[in-house]
Amino acid sequence: MLASLRADLAMARRGYARYAAYPGAALAGIFTNTVFGFMRAFILLALYQQRANIGGYDASAAVTYVWVGQALLMTVFMWGWLDIAVRIRTGDIATDLVRPIHPLRAALGFDLGRAAYHIVFRGIPPFVVGMAFFPVRLPSEIAVWIAFLVSLVLAVVVSFFFRVLYNVVGFWTTDVRGTMMLGGIIANLFSGFLIPVSFFPDWLAAIARATPFPSIVQTPIDIFVGTVSGPAIVGALVTQIAWAIALGLAARWTFDLGVRRLVVQGG
Amino acid sequence: MGDLREGAALYLRITAARIRAQLQYRASFALETVGMFFVTFLDFVVILIIFANVPALAGWSRAEVALLYAISALCFAFTDLVVGQLDWLSEWVRNGTFDGMLVRPRGTLFQVISSDFQIRRVGKIVQGLLVLVYALVVLDIQWTPARALMLAAAIPVGTVIFISIWVLTISIVFWTVDGREAANAFTYGGSFLAQFPINLYDRWLRRFLGYVVPIAFVAYFPSLYILDKPDPLGLPSILQFAAPVVAVVTAIAAGLVWRVAVRHYQSAGG
Repeated sequence: MLASLRADLAMARRGYARYAAYPGAALAGIFTNTVFGFMRAFILLALYQQRANIGGYDASAAVTYVWVGQALLMTVFMWGWLDIAVRIRTGDIATDLVRPIHPLRAALGFDLGRAAYHIVFRGIPPFVVGMAFFPVRLPSEIAVWIAFLVSLVLAVVVSFFFRVLYNVVGFWTTDVRGTMMLGGIIANLFSGFLIPVSFFPDWLAAIARATPFPSIVQTPIDIFVGTVSGPAIVGALVTQIAWAIALGLAARWTFDLGVRRLVVQGG
Repeated sequence: MGDLREGAALYLRITAARIRAQLQYRASFALETVGMFFVTFLDFVVILIIFANVPALAGWSRAEVALLYAISALCFAFTDLVVGQLDWLSEWVRNGTFDGMLVRPRGTLFQVISSDFQIRRVGKIVQGLLVLVYALVVLDIQWTPARALMLAAAIPVGTVIFISIWVLTISIVFWTVDGREAANAFTYGGSFLAQFPINLYDRWLRRFLGYVVPIAFVAYFPSLYILDKPDPLGLPSILQFAAPVVAVVTAIAAGLVWRVAVRHYQSAGG
């Protein structure tokens, strides 16, 4: 038990180190991320010239939503992650299968390390810039901060298993990009990354809330902003845990199913 | 001039071959084209959701914003079709395959542009056209020959502006390959900015991305003229006709910067 935990930690350190190796790329990413944050914040603020409250958000909550969202963008990394699909295509996955730790567990450890790097170096800098220019508000209670951090970790886990699901398609077809594109479209909208789920018309919000995607972006943001507060936070975290387990089982099951039909060429 | 005609003929031949090749995989082509359609459609869904909450945005109605969106989306879709492969430039610089372009008897920019042509990106164009049709049907435009001409010109002119911005900003990779993502703020960011009325942005962001990087000339100024809408910013109306000049200037600037940038290219050691 202890040995495998140590292995998880080692994987996380590798995940962190891989992304930490390119500080220049991080700087360029921070710049772009910040520019988009400005545009999105001004667009949402234009809505508040006419209304004081939309879907439980006032103007200050809306800009906070934008900047937390920009901070989460790279951290949850919903789109464009093909680590496992590439290893399936090249056959490197065979090496992973030989190792004493399940490939998904190793990849999850790696991904949590990556997320730790991204929240600190890609998430916090744009957020600080946003704070300087907009009425962003921070949670005042320490308990809310803790709940946010827990929710953030759960968001990364749910996102990870979602990404695994579009990657394992690679066991059956070499064209993973189409699936990823489709998954990305649905995830971008329903996660509440583009615009808060509570801004949706009721019927669309109901569909979104029936999917795991709000657990990836909307839930941690709502806890941070305070639109989900008090006992409701517990409910939100339980929902995230439920999705993490459900998607985790689905990912594990489809991965193992794929492995059974895996053929690696050459030797 | 002969060079230009020969270049165009060569580009058409190469591109036609690529299209034929991609159409060999019909199912894949169909799926990805539909995918492209929905990727960009999502941006419009966000606009629809915004207008489900408010009747106007910074003084613009839903159909008016749809017009802005359609012009921006169409210009960007054509841009992406022609120069989308510039996203790969940093890879060619990183691993040194750009070497090959320096030894061939054609301009490097020509070679980069003719190096790929993804026909599935037509899906984005179809999406832009549909929103344009929606906007034109709903809006009560007092058509005059001048307004029709403005709309017809806005698409190629805006495309030239976007292409120039893309070439200009991606040139950063000749100095630092890690800088690639910074270009996205102006390319993808520019098309996003142009989808909304620029009067809703704060003054300095508008000045920088709207006028210095001339994104306001893609959709905002042409739309004011087509709609006969008083400029919420009260700027001189001559700006509504300035887009072609701006496009030419931006294109020249892009060509010059590209030349300087290529001279900074250092091949990968090995």
